[in-house]
Amino acid sequence: MKTLLYSVPFLLIASSAIAGSCPQWTVGDLVIDAAWSKATIGDARPGIIYFTVTNTGAEADNLTGIATPAAEMPMLHETVVTDGIASMPHAPAIPVPANGSVSLAPGGYHGMLMGLTAALAKGDTFPATLTFERAGTVEIEVAVEALTAREPTCRQDAS
Amino acid sequence: MNLRKIRLALWGAVGLAAIASGALYLQSRQQSSAPAVIGSLQPEFDLPDTNGKQRTSAEFRGKYLLVFFGFTNCPDVCPTTMTEVADVMDALGADAARVQPIFISIDPVRDTELGLGEYVGMFHPSILGLAGSEAQTKAAAESFRIHFSREADPNAPDGYTMSHSPALYLVGPDGEWLRQYGYGTPAAEITQDLQERL
Ligand SMILES: [Cu+2]
Repeated sequence: MKTLLYSVPFLLIASSAIAGSCPQWTVGDLVIDAAWSKATIGDARPGIIYFTVTNTGAEADNLTGIATPAAEMPMLHETVVTDGIASMPHAPAIPVPANGSVSLAPGGYHGMLMGLTAALAKGDTFPATLTFERAGTVEIEVAVEALTAREPTCRQDAS
Repeated sequence: MNLRKIRLALWGAVGLAAIASGALYLQSRQQSSAPAVIGSLQPEFDLPDTNGKQRTSAEFRGKYLLVFFGFTNCPDVCPTTMTEVADVMDALGADAARVQPIFISIDPVRDTELGLGEYVGMFHPSILGLAGSEAQTKAAAESFRIHFSREADPNAPDGYTMSHSPALYLVGPDGEWLRQYGYGTPAAEITQDLQERL
């Protein structure tokens, strides 16, 4: 139990050090970083956005919306596997816990980019606006990685 | 006090049921990953590849098949699994010649229009994309005992999206069902399991 208690702050420090090498955006008590997307083949299939939101405040918040000129119909989704079946329903409010963080990452929460305005190529960047219930809106810059990427390049450099 | 006792007893029952179902689950898992025996599940498919050539499970005897059912409009689950498959194939080195990864489209009409071959090729040149008729797709899914369905979604492209079993299925060289790798199984774990079999 003691080791667990000691290891928790250590892990927090370690993960924020890794995250530090990715660009960050701040709105209120929230810090957004590790914003990335995957290259697409053409513009007919949906694209994706992932990022991490860290809440340095004592009040919980909710991520309620995403907008971007990169797609006609951007939307927050969550991949869920229920009784062995995967689906990705709309996630109208993604909780950002007080003094905690939430990651939009492969296999879970994500921003789904339906109706891409153009194909996304590795190395591209595009803006996205996130809306939080309490903190308000913030514009971030999303880096497009390879279709086969597991995490953003800025995280790989740090490890 | 009485209520509390009842509650405790109920939680105890829930716990026992959970243990019992867990044991049953483990047992069925072990059975499904046991070596081939007479009467074991022999999953089959008979579907065209992206060149229009009909491919059947029977032609792959002697090889291990890594089979995934998915659709190319799926930007999260499907690329994640295909990336793991690509890493497995690279990690296997020369042994990769005895493993055939297969992507069976559960959204064959749209995937054929969008280009299934180009999609699977982006992950690894060895991945074979198959997309057949509705009847052929259903038959393959039933044979593998997996589920998929088309769900109306006014926000999704073309007004629908697919839900599906996201696991990766391993078929042995005699066409026998060996096991499934649950969604999110890391490539290293799949590679190690395959290396022990090859
Ligand atoms: Cu989605």
